[in-house]
Amino acid sequence: MIAPRSPPAGWRRGAVAVCAAACPGLALAHLNSTGMGPVYDGVLHFLLSPEDLVPALSLALLAGLRDASQGRKALFVLPAAWLAGGVLGSSLAATSGSPFVSAAWFLLLGGLVAADARLPATATVSLAGVVGLYHGGLNGSGMGGRGVAFAALLGLSSAVFVLVALASALVVSLRARWARIAVRVAGSWVAAAGILMVGWAMRVRGR
Amino acid sequence: MTVGRTLRSVAVAAPALLWAAPALAHVQKGEAAGFVTGLLHPISGLDHVLAMVAVGLWGAQLGSPAIWMLPVAFPMVMAFGGMLGLMGVALPGVEVAIALSGILLGSAVMLEVRPRVVFAAALVAFFAVFHGHAHGTELPAGQSSLLYSLGFIVATGTLHAVGIGIGEIRRASWGRAVLRSAGALVAVGGVFFLWRALA
Repeated sequence: MIAPRSPPAGWRRGAVAVCAAACPGLALAHLNSTGMGPVYDGVLHFLLSPEDLVPALSLALLAGLRDASQGRKALFVLPAAWLAGGVLGSSLAATSGSPFVSAAWFLLLGGLVAADARLPATATVSLAGVVGLYHGGLNGSGMGGRGVAFAALLGLSSAVFVLVALASALVVSLRARWARIAVRVAGSWVAAAGILMVGWAMRVRGR
Repeated sequence: MTVGRTLRSVAVAAPALLWAAPALAHVQKGEAAGFVTGLLHPISGLDHVLAMVAVGLWGAQLGSPAIWMLPVAFPMVMAFGGMLGLMGVALPGVEVAIALSGILLGSAVMLEVRPRVVFAAALVAFFAVFHGHAHGTELPAGQSSLLYSLGFIVATGTLHAVGIGIGEIRRASWGRAVLRSAGALVAVGGVFFLWRALA
């Protein structure tokens, strides 16, 4: 079956043209250009930044280990908070935050996954809100409060949404004991990376 | 979802996630490099590899919960050792301790020592500090320390998994003896590295 093509194609062409026109204006403080506009720059930035990707993934695993309802809540709260944090942060000067706080997120979220912590839904949702606001704020910082920055943040948050949807749905579906243990082992690896990050941060400071 | 389908989706997702970073290394201005370096580093020293695999072998031999508790304890405490190394805290006799870890863990598998899980985890954790101190900090300039750390930990965990995989031959009628021989092999390797560290 052939769908009517002209309106979507026209939209797409228009969107591409707008993005292409808008791109040179983007400060690109830390975004790498995909050549496909700010939305995709945002998507790529998230997918290639382990300091953002891993906490989001850990949170998705944490929610998924509990049940589908927590997964669904995290699915909407985390990207929404990420976007809100980004918008709030976009008026700030560019910063990558404290390396100790980044390490603390790895330790906390990885540790909770490893411990299979039975958090109530409110705790998971609050955690998702804070993680989203913090990392979104860092992502947004230095972007300036322009429309292009918003488009990049929108792409970024969409990538967060997709990641949480895939990861938490996968974990929710796991029934075998070994499979759930594998998820917890992954959490322990995240926490271990957090411990090493503390070391790196102190080494940099020491020099 | 069946286990087969789960495995299939993981198998599809994992390469996609793992390959993204190296392929775009030049676009990310060096920030994405480091994962592969970290991943390969633990495999580059046989003393390290033998001890990692021995942890998996022992875990498999002891069964649940040691089978997963030991491989969880080791990377965590190893990271702690790496942190001490990065902070500049000196640790005496690292090479000797790594060689000893091979001897003791190999002997434990060879003799089928069955302590309480807490003691097994404590022994593994003690040696993990030295492994992390020696190997967790060798980052080439210009690469991402976070990706290096992630690669380093993933490789270590995977070596444990290899040990567990080998250790599962204990289920075969002839497997127990083979597993004990594997432990003996690790212990002999440990003796060799101890001789080299002291000579």
